Order: sequence, then C-alpha cells, then structure tokens
Amino acid sequence: MIDLTKTIDLSTTYLGLKLKNPLVASSSPMCREVGNVRRLEDAGASAVVLHSLFEEQIDIDSDELDRFMTESSDTSAESTSHFPDLLFKVMGPDAYLKHIAKCKAAVQIPIIASLNGTTTGGWLEYAKLMQQAGADALELNIYNIPVNPDISGAEVEQGYIDLVQAVKKEVTIPVSIKLGPYFSSMANMAKRLDGAGADGLVLFNRFYQPDYDLEALEVVPNLILSNSHELLLRLHWIAVIYGSVKADLALTGGVHSATDVIKAMMAGARVAMMTSALLKRGITFLDTIATELLVWMGEHEYDSIRQMQGSMSRNAVPQPAAFERANYMKVLSSYAMR
Amino acid sequence: MSNSSTTTTRPKVTIDGNEAAAYVAHQSNEVIAIYPITPSSNMGEWADQWSAEQKTNIWGTVPTVIEMQSEGGAAGACHGALQAGSLCTTFTASQGLLLMIPNMYKIAGELTSTVFHIAARALAAQALSIFGDHSDVMSARSTGFGMLSSNSVQEVMDMALIAQAATLESRLPFMHFFDGFRTSHEVAKVEQLSADDIRAMIDEKLVFAHRKRALSPDNPFIRGTAQNPDVYFQAREACNPFYIAAPTIVQNAMDQFAAIAGRQYHLFDYFGAPDAERLIIMMGSGAEVAHETVEALLATGEKIGLLKVRLYRPFSIEHFVAAIPLSVKSIAVLDRTKEPGATGEPLYVDVLTALAEMGIAKKVIGGRYGLSSKEFTPAMVKGVYDELLKPNPKNHFTIGIKDDVTHTSLDFDPEFSTEAPGTVRALFYGLGADGTVGANKNSIKIIGEETENYAQGYFVYDSKKSGSITTSHLRFGPKPIRSSYLISKANFIACHQFSFLERIDMLKSAEPGATFLLNSPYDATEVWNHLPRLVQEQIISRKVKFYVINGDEVAKATGMGGRINTIMQTCFFAISGVLPREEAIAAIKYAIKKTYGKRGDTVVQKNYAAVDAALNHLQEVQVPDKVTALFDLRPPVPAQAPSFVRDVLAHIIAGNGDNLPVSAMPIDGTFPSGTAQWEKRNIALEIPVWDEALCIQCGKCVLVCPHAVIRAKVYDDSYLGNAPATFKASPARWKDMKDRKYTLQVAPEDCTGCQLCVEVCPAKSKSEVKHRAINMMAQPPLRESEAANWDYFLSIPETDRKALSPTQVKDIQLLRPLFEFSGACSGCGETPYIKLVTQLFGDRVMIANATGCTSIYGGNLPTTPYCINEEGRGPSWSNSLFEDNAEFGLGQRLAVDKQNEYARELVWRLGFQIGEELAQAIINADQKTEQGIFAQRERVAQLKAKLAGVDTAEARDLVSVADSLVKKSVWIIGGDGWAYDIGYGGLDHVLASGRNVNVLVLDTEVYSNTGGQASKSTPRGAVAKFAAGGKPAGKKDLALMAISYGSVYVAKIAMGSSDMHTVKAITEAEAYDGPSLIIAYSHCIAHGYDLAHGLDQQKAAVNSGYWPLFRYNPDLAPQGKNPFQLDSRPASIGLKDYIYNETRYTMLAKSNPERAQELFKLAQDDVTSKWKLYEHMSHQNGVAEEVKK
Repeated sequence: MIDLTKTIDLSTTYLGLKLKNPLVASSSPMCREVGNVRRLEDAGASAVVLHSLFEEQIDIDSDELDRFMTESSDTSAESTSHFPDLLFKVMGPDAYLKHIAKCKAAVQIPIIASLNGTTTGGWLEYAKLMQQAGADALELNIYNIPVNPDISGAEVEQGYIDLVQAVKKEVTIPVSIKLGPYFSSMANMAKRLDGAGADGLVLFNRFYQPDYDLEALEVVPNLILSNSHELLLRLHWIAVIYGSVKADLALTGGVHSATDVIKAMMAGARVAMMTSALLKRGITFLDTIATELLVWMGEHEYDSIRQMQGSMSRNAVPQPAAFERANYMKVLSSYAMR
Repeated sequence: MSNSSTTTTRPKVTIDGNEAAAYVAHQSNEVIAIYPITPSSNMGEWADQWSAEQKTNIWGTVPTVIEMQSEGGAAGACHGALQAGSLCTTFTASQGLLLMIPNMYKIAGELTSTVFHIAARALAAQALSIFGDHSDVMSARSTGFGMLSSNSVQEVMDMALIAQAATLESRLPFMHFFDGFRTSHEVAKVEQLSADDIRAMIDEKLVFAHRKRALSPDNPFIRGTAQNPDVYFQAREACNPFYIAAPTIVQNAMDQFAAIAGRQYHLFDYFGAPDAERLIIMMGSGAEVAHETVEALLATGEKIGLLKVRLYRPFSIEHFVAAIPLSVKSIAVLDRTKEPGATGEPLYVDVLTALAEMGIAKKVIGGRYGLSSKEFTPAMVKGVYDELLKPNPKNHFTIGIKDDVTHTSLDFDPEFSTEAPGTVRALFYGLGADGTVGANKNSIKIIGEETENYAQGYFVYDSKKSGSITTSHLRFGPKPIRSSYLISKANFIACHQFSFLERIDMLKSAEPGATFLLNSPYDATEVWNHLPRLVQEQIISRKVKFYVINGDEVAKATGMGGRINTIMQTCFFAISGVLPREEAIAAIKYAIKKTYGKRGDTVVQKNYAAVDAALNHLQEVQVPDKVTALFDLRPPVPAQAPSFVRDVLAHIIAGNGDNLPVSAMPIDGTFPSGTAQWEKRNIALEIPVWDEALCIQCGKCVLVCPHAVIRAKVYDDSYLGNAPATFKASPARWKDMKDRKYTLQVAPEDCTGCQLCVEVCPAKSKSEVKHRAINMMAQPPLRESEAANWDYFLSIPETDRKALSPTQVKDIQLLRPLFEFSGACSGCGETPYIKLVTQLFGDRVMIANATGCTSIYGGNLPTTPYCINEEGRGPSWSNSLFEDNAEFGLGQRLAVDKQNEYARELVWRLGFQIGEELAQAIINADQKTEQGIFAQRERVAQLKAKLAGVDTAEARDLVSVADSLVKKSVWIIGGDGWAYDIGYGGLDHVLASGRNVNVLVLDTEVYSNTGGQASKSTPRGAVAKFAAGGKPAGKKDLALMAISYGSVYVAKIAMGSSDMHTVKAITEAEAYDGPSLIIAYSHCIAHGYDLAHGLDQQKAAVNSGYWPLFRYNPDLAPQGKNPFQLDSRPASIGLKDYIYNETRYTMLAKSNPERAQELFKLAQDDVTSKWKLYEHMSHQNGVAEEVKK
C-alpha cells in the first residue's frame, strides 16, 4: 500500500508561514480554549486563527462594570456599596494576550491572532500587543456595518485602506484582513488593500443576520452555521482576484469537505479555513478531510497542493467569461430550458 | 492600604473608623469570624477583602476570615478559635453584640485574650435604629470584657492596638468601641500605624503564652466544667486579681504606645482649665465635640473641664479620681444610652459610686444625649455647662431634644457655634447612586493626602432606597478637626440634582458670601427664573456666589451616562479654591486612575474626558437683585393629609424631625398605616403613559410594578362624566363586564421610573413595534395633569372583588394593593410579591417581617407603605428581630388560633343568647374561599350586635375575641440572609411545627440591605462581599430541605418567568392548612444590571435550569398523587446565557477568568445534577398513579 503522505505534498505557504497543509481553523469561539487549539493541531490543522479580540466588547464590559458598581453604591446608609472591590484589574485585552501566549506554548503550529477594533487607537495598540504576546500573524477582522446614510462607500473603503496602512506600520508580523463581500468593486478593493500592504485577504466574513420572532415581535440574534452553498461566492471572488494581488488569499466560509478544499485551492486560495464543519462534526473531522484530500489527489494524480493553487482561477480557465456577466446569462438560460 | 510598612515616617491616610479598626485587627490576628450588621459590616468587608488579596498580618501570614451564620455563630467561632490557641477577633454592633453576650461571658470567664471591635449602635426598642449610641456596649458591660472607647478615627486605630496589647497581657478580653456612623463612617485624615509599630506593641511571649493556654490533645486538660453551689461562687471570684491589674496594664500599654507613636492617652483624659469648677464626663465622639467647645470657652475665661473616659471597664476608681481637678464643684455625666427605670444611666452611676467610695462630695448630675446618632453640637455642650452654673441643676436631663412630656430636656442656644473660621465647610446634596458620595470621598483623600490640611467627611442618607437624598458634609482646614457634628454653617453648597431645589431648603445653611454650585439643565442666563422663591431670596440676601453647570449633558457627551460625580467634583475644585486649579485637576485625575483603574482603561479615559469637559461648561450666574419667582418650595405633604401626617411626619419628610418634641411621638412605637401615599417624591424623570387603544388589559404591568403605582379599575361609565379632560378610559375587556369602562392609571408623583411595566407589556403596535400599550415619557410636563387623573381615579369605587377570580392575573390587577409607594429600590424584585400577597389576602393578613430590606422599605420612617382598604382593614405589620422572625410569626399564629379556639368555645357556651342557627353557622363556617370569609365577617358583625345587649362577663369576653372567628392569614416575610442563615434554626422549627403559617422568602441571594454580603443562598461563582473571589460553594437548597418534612407546602417561584405560576403557588400556600414555604426569585440591585430587565433575567434563570419552578403540595399525597410538581421545562439556554448578564458574575469573569471558568463549570454541574434530581422526584408516582398502573 502506498503511503500517500509520503508521495503527495500538502504543504502551502500563507502570510509567509510555511504550513504543512492548507487546512486552517478559522476564527471562532472554539479557539477560546487552549485544549481545543491543541486538539485542532492533533487533528491536522496547519494553523489556527484565534477568536477575535473585540475592542468594543472590552470597552462595553468596563463601562458596564463601572456603571453598575457606581449605580449600586450609596443607595442608603446601610449599603454604601453592593460589591466588593475588584480583587484584580479587569483584564481587558490582557486575558486575550495571555491566551495567545498559552496557545503558542501549547502547540507547534502558527497562531494567528484576530482583532476586531473600533477606534484607530484600539486597532494599533492591540495589534502591537498581540505581536508582543507572540502571535505569528494578525488577522484584522473588520466587522463594519455601515448603517450611517451620510457615509459614502468611498469613505468606508478609505477607512479600510488607512487601517491596513496604520497597522502595518505598527507591527512586523504579517497582517491579513478579513473582509465581507459587500463592496461595489471587490476586485479593486482587493487591489487597493494589497497596495496598502496587506499580506493576506481572507474572503469572506459571514455577517450574522438577525431574525424576527413573530410571536414576541422582537429582533433576535441568529446564528446559522455555514454550508457548502456559501462556498461558491468565495470561489468566485478568489478566482477573480487571484493573480491581481501579491497578498495571499484565504477562503473562509462554506468549506465542509475535501472537495471544497480542493476547489478553494484551484480558485487560488493558499489556505481553506473551517469552523462550521468542525462544530457540526467535531474537531477530528479535520483528519478525515486531510485523508480524503490525499485520496482525491492520489486518485487524480496531483503531486502537491501548490500545483493546483490557482489552476482554475479566472485567468487559468479557458473561458474567463464564466466569472463574468456571460456566466450569469448562461445559467439563467439553462435554467429556463429545463 | 499596605500591610507591611516598615517606614519610620508613617503615611497619612484618609480612611473611616471602620477601616482603621479593621486595619489593626487584620494585622494582629490569625482568625477573623465575621457577620454583617450595620454599621460594623465594613470592618468584616475590609478583613475579607484584604485576606482575599493575600495581604498578610505582622507575622507574614494571611489571616483566615470566615463568615458565620449570625453574630452568635461568629462569637462561638471566636471562642473556639481562641480556645484552640489562635489570635482571633470579630466585629459587630447593636443586636449583633447582644447575640454575642452568652459567649462573651464564657470568653471572659475563661480569661481569654481577644478584642471585639464594636461600631456602637442603638438597640431596637420602640423601633429599630441603625444609628450610633452606646446602648449595645452598655448592655454587654457586665460580661467581664474590658471596654475601651475611641472618640475619633485616629483614636480607633490607636486604641485598637492598645486593646490588642492589653488583652494579651491582662488576659481580659476587650470590647474596643467607637460611635457607629459618626466615627465608623467618618472619613478623616489619620496617621497610619506601621507593621513595625504593631509588632512593637505585641509581645511575642504573651502570644506564646496565649497559645500555651490552648486546648490540645498534646497537653490535655478540661475547661468549661459545670460547677455546683459549693464552688461556683468561689471560682467566679478567682479572676479578681486580673481585673485589679488590668487598668495599670492598659495604662502601661498607652504609655508604651506614646513612646512609639507619640500620642499619649490615659485611662481618663482631662482637658480644660486646671482650676475648673464645672466638669463634663463622657466618652465617644461626643467628647471631641465637648473638647472643641471647651477649647472655645476656655478662651473666654470659663472655668470648665472635660474628662474623657477611655477605659470604662474595668473602671479604675483611683485613676478616675486622680484625673479630676480638686477645684471641680459640679459634674455633669453624659450617657449615650438609656436605661428606663434605672437610678441613672451607667456612666453616671459609676461616677457616683466612684466618688462616694472615695468619700468625695461633689454635685453630680447625669443626662442622656445623642441617642441613635442624634446630633450633639457645641451648643448642646455649652447648654450642659450652663446648666451646671445653676444652683439646682436638673438631674436625669436630656440634651438635644425637646422633652415636653416629662420635661427632662435642657434648653440651649442653637446659634452658639465653635466652627473655626479657617475651615472650609462644604455641603453636597446628591442622589443616592449618582456617585456624589464616592466623589466626595475622593475629594477628601485628595485634600487630605495632597495638602497639609486636615480633612473630614461625613455622609447622611435619607431612608429611601430609591431616589434617596445624600448629604455630604466636608470640612478641610489647617487645624485638627474635632467637629463630629453636621455642618450647619457652610461656605460651599452644591446641589447635584436640580429637582431637590423645590424639596429641600438647602441654602438655609449658607453663610453670607457662600458659594452655590448647581447642576442645572438651564444655563447661566436662564436658570434664575427656574429657582423657587426662597432660593432666590437666600441667594440675594446672603450674597451667594452662584455657579451652574449642565452636568447631565456633559456626562452624556463624555460617555459617562448618568454619572455626574466626576464633573461636579471638578467644578467644586475649580471654584472652591481649596487647591490651585491645575494641581487640583492633576490630583483628580490621579484619584480617578486609582479609584477606577481596576475597572478598565476606558473608564479612566471617560472620567478624564469628563474632568476636562466640566471646566468648559462651568458658568457663573450674574445674580439679579430682585426676586422674580412665581413658585416656591413644595409643601412636604398635601393639605388634605391626616393631622398626624401633617403635624408629625411632614416635619420628618422636610428634614426637620430633630425639632419634633417628645409629645409628638407615639409612646410605644405604634404608627398609623398607609402614610407613604402622602409623601410625593417625584423622583421619576420618565413615567409610563398608557395607550388605551393598544392595551389588551392583561394586567401584567400592574402585577410587576414594584411600587404599586400602576393601577386598574373597571367601573360604570357614569363616573366618566366628571373626569378630568385627559383622563383615559376604554371599554372593559371582560366577558361579564363588557358594558363597563376600564382605566389603567399611573401615580406620576410616586413612580420611580423603573420601566419594568414597559418591559413586561406584551401589546406592541402593529405599525411600530417599539411602541407598546405603555411607554415611558418625560414626567415634568405630565405631572400636574396625571396627578389630577390619579386623584380622580382613586375616587372611583374599587371593582367589586366578588366578581373577580383571584387566580387570574387579569383579574388580580383589579384587586387593590395594600402595599404602596414603598421606599424600595427602583425596579425592586421583592416588592411585587409582597404587593400580590396584599392584593390577594390584604384584609386578613398579619405580617411578621424579618429585619432587612423588607423591614426598611416596609417600616422605616417617615412614611410607610402598608395601607388600609375602604372597609378599614389591611395588613398588620411588625418587625421583631432579624434572627427570630419565623418564631415571631408563629407566635402570632398561636395567639390567633388560641383566640379563635376560645371564641368558638364561647360561641358554644352562649349559643342560647346568640341563637343556635347563627352559632352553628359561625362554628361550621367554611372559610376556604373569599366569599366564605366575607360571609363569616357578616355573621361576626351580627354576633357582636347580638352580644351588645348581653351584659355578662362571657359576652363581653366574646366580643373582645370575636374577630378571631374570621380567618387570619399569617405571613412570615424576609430575605435569604434571614431564612438561609441567621433565622434558619427558627425557620426550620416553625416549618416542623405543622402550624398554618406562610413563609415568603424574597431571595436576592445576598444580604441586600447591608450591602450585598454573601449568604448561604449566594450561588457558586457569584462575587459578593465576604466572597470577593467568587463564592466557592453552591447555593443551599432550602426548598429541598423543607420538602424533606413531607408536611410543608413548598414552592419555588419567579414572577418574571411565570406570573400564573406565582399566583398559583401563593394561593395554594395560603390555602394549605399547615406551614408553607415560598422561595421567590428576587432580582436585586446587588446583581448589577439594569433592573428594567429584571423580569427577563428571571426568565433566563428559569430557562437555564438554574431556578426551576416547582410546587410540593402535601395535600396531593392523600389523593394518591405525587406531591412534587416540576413546573418548568428543562434548560433551553446555557447557564452562561443567564449569569453573564450580571455584574456579580462578570466581575470575576473579567478580572480572573480562570477562576471564573472553574467555578462556572462547577455551577453548570450543580444545575444539571439538581435538575436530574427534581426531574426524578417529579416522575415518582403517587399512590393513585401506582394503582392505575
């Protein structure tokens, strides 16, 4: 029996990091526990993106703590306070930074920290701290929902560019940026971010979309795990962008099988990131995917992942129009003919 | 405070008396047993906090701190720890000290070294009082403990150490006491003793000797024998040499202390003219007032003196007599306690005895002062000296009150003042919880620690837990401050809440030329016309410098929300000139960092921004020279209030209770019910407004309103004829009352603005869901019209109860609550349950109330919430103690049952006169339903009418007990501190008694009233005082313990999760002819979140499985059914989705995530395993079900 691991090279590089395979655990609450990070490594993940540090959450937590400690003080002569003094300082980013260090100590694979800031000061300060804490790279998770009608798309986009430039000045570790798909010109945006110095583009963030509870007439948070259908949007844009930027591309959202990974690679991604599949099927599912990946590559006589990366990007396919308007027309007409 | 200073220059710290005592106690002990009781709780809190922070004592080890279930328990634990060789201490006050007395006799009888630190407080007599006097320590004076008194915060630190040194050498245990609140809570600049100082005072040989005397199997002996008439007496006398030696030992310790720290004390310290003729003898903080007065009067040549008693027990007659100048002719002894029926108060009697024994003849009078922190001022001291000038001075006098009944009181000139001219005297009026007090404490620290000035702060609160007014009294100056009395002549006054202007005459204390700082929504150009007439007059006539700032706007703009404290503090420094402006700002910022740094950098930054913004918005007002106001201060109560309310309570409301004479007071603590309705506090900025078109008339808002300010009535539409124009009504949505009208009315002046009603309202607009059937709107524009509507609403007759079903929430809204407008916190989670009980059974309910929040909002003057229905019936209410409430309620049950039994006997005996038919009907009455009770009431009325014509002893007897023939419902109400901890033994006994009492435990999972200390109800992982690192142990399952009897109705309820379940459980409990226990989830300010969401949190508690709803009804067992009914579903959310909405959990998760995670996992396991157990219990078949099978 042939040991495929010896004959097929799964390795890839991402953000300058040499990875043993393209399977990366994307940023999720699963990574809050060092034990899970260790299990991810054991199951075959080549890198882990930690859950995001939310600057806004840190500020809100502090503010609420202060508010409720103050508002429950001096209510009467008998109860001049209702809480003991804090034994320790509220950790703020410290807990996250410690977590980075712990993960680094626990595993051999690269640890990518994830940051979700709200203020320029916060982005820069926390980015620096994450580097100091030992992160191998930094993923900027820009979760910006532009609800203000007075802010133009151009201003929003410029904000992204400024941020990447500023963070790049502060840190020496590679910086990737995780984006949503809602740009008027995705390809242009990717190019500009590339120009601003981004080392990687992570496509795409999944925005949680609140649902309605019709009985209570309330807006309720809604968390639906991804599925393979969501892969297509990502494949499309990675295929389009591949080749036009120096930055490494990562595909996140909708990766649920070895074939999804292969598609991601062929579109041009350096890594395929996963969370939902692991939440649904357990961390050890990574191992299954890695095995299936090898089997597929063996059956189809691929020697390495690198070989297939970008092999079906927009410029590598015979009809680039497949990624353009023509493709849309074709799908519609084929649908009508059924 | 650092714990291991080795510096020779001692730091100056600004701390209060409690912290000073706790500091020395924590440094010099190994075991500390604690229990919360005002005003001593903070000492235990400090000790617990320091040990949690791993601060060590002088031997380098962290003292073990343990919270006990009561002060009796704390004393017992102390006794044990001492007997086993530890250095052990405790802190207490008032009733707590009384509970320690049995152990104190033991500890003293065994000559055991220890110091108990006491924040001396009044005892509950005709009423409870949390404030300071010496009633408690005087009640313990016969225990054999030494008694050492401290008069000021510095002395507290010093005497704590002197006591510790003396107890080890003398072997006498000591009570070290200081005045509750006046000293325990006064913040002052003091010199902090170093660890070296403490080490130097504690002789290690004596510590070893203490250990050597300990019980040990390695050196076995027996202590604590029982002795018979032959030897007990002699053995009791065997300790005498130690008592004889003790005073000298204490004086030696004082001398040694003087050599170390430079402050010399004596057992009796004399201050005054060497040739004084008139002498006052006293102890406690009042002695400092007397000192200040003597200082002032000596300057005028008066021949007076003051003897401060420091070591009160053992009382050294020799030292005492030696301290009194021979020139003294007359002496006034002042006692801060009252011993009714005695020949005199204790210190007075001791002085008389001492002089008599030494053969010294002097004129001696005794008097009482300062009970319950009654103000004691230089004017009163002078009044006493003046009395001594008289040829026949009044003996057994009182000073500081007007006694127009037995004429004990002395007159004095209230205008006499000894305030030093160089002292800054500042008064700040704030709203409880607006941060004013905290900011002022910071200011004192800044001034005390950044300048050479001496500083003093004292804080006064009113009795309400919502919208309470705080008054901060701050003094700063170059001379030491002995003025332990409130400021009545201020040169700076700040009003942090604009609405106070029309309620309080705050400028009455303004000196000419004083500065007045007002937080105002109006700027400098507009504010004048919004000031009441009196305020304008005072500003003009006293040439007051007047500044305004829109603090609320600045707070909002800088992200501070409603917290104006930093802004107002900055303004104070900017205009008071206590420090140069730049220096002050730097110091404020430093203090901010120190105070809030632990809460996160963002908090610090916001406060910095507020400081900077404050200065930009501060404006000086150009004061006009004419009064232009068209309105004035509002009267404290409306003119139509009953005379007692007008003549007595109104003065208390207005802050003039000190002026009420003895004759105005009830003789035995009895007060009329239902007086809260007259105290219109107008504290809500926004009130709910009804949208009658949307309302589905479900009654949920009425049910949850903590203050009973939302009411509903169904009535005949003829009443609408005279209604005010804005009075709203809509057709009633009741099947049987379709032709009638329904109104939901809010009491605008009583609402606290908590929003629970809005949050619970299920009716949302179809076109804009945020609009509900009730919505919050600004109160001021609605106040007048809605107040008129409220009055009109009250004039409409109550809906007939007979037409309603008391098991339906929809119908319950129409039952009049007999508990209204309490002073509970805005959004209180307890009061809705109590209100519901009064709606259901209010006309026949007898409430025994444990001490705690429920007794404070239920019975603290000036006005009280339990009220009376249109027939003149309503809840009877009384509070006995904290620890005995179950027994107190049981006693009421026994009395009612016995009277009922006797009345029934008499009805039998008098059957002929009464008429057999009526007698039979009375005896056999079925009072299970309200209709049955009403019918019995009518029969009893007939009975009384018939008996009126019968002039026999038995008939008269029957009339006096006839009311007991109508069912009474006894409710025993209290919090978890009572039920789970201090009162548990009694509660357990009462539940086992089989008697028909209903116990309602309002479970907030902490001692809410004393400031959030952990109880055995506190859940695992929650942070509370005395559990600063998160409570390690799980919550006690009180319900399960009661269920184990099999004969107790038990229910666990949460109104926010199921109001129907709550109603059902309360109704079933009342109907059950035996003991019932209801444990009610009560959200609380001590949980740390916006209580507007209190009901959602209750829901989350149930949905997470943390607070399962169930009922255990023993009545079901005889029917062959399983008595245990699990009424909520298995967890649908994780525990974290419930607990991490609350500061009590998040503060640990954010500051110590690993520990939080560890405790969280255990807590989640608790929930899971407890659920399994309940589920198993609920699946047990009853006998009937078994048979069916």
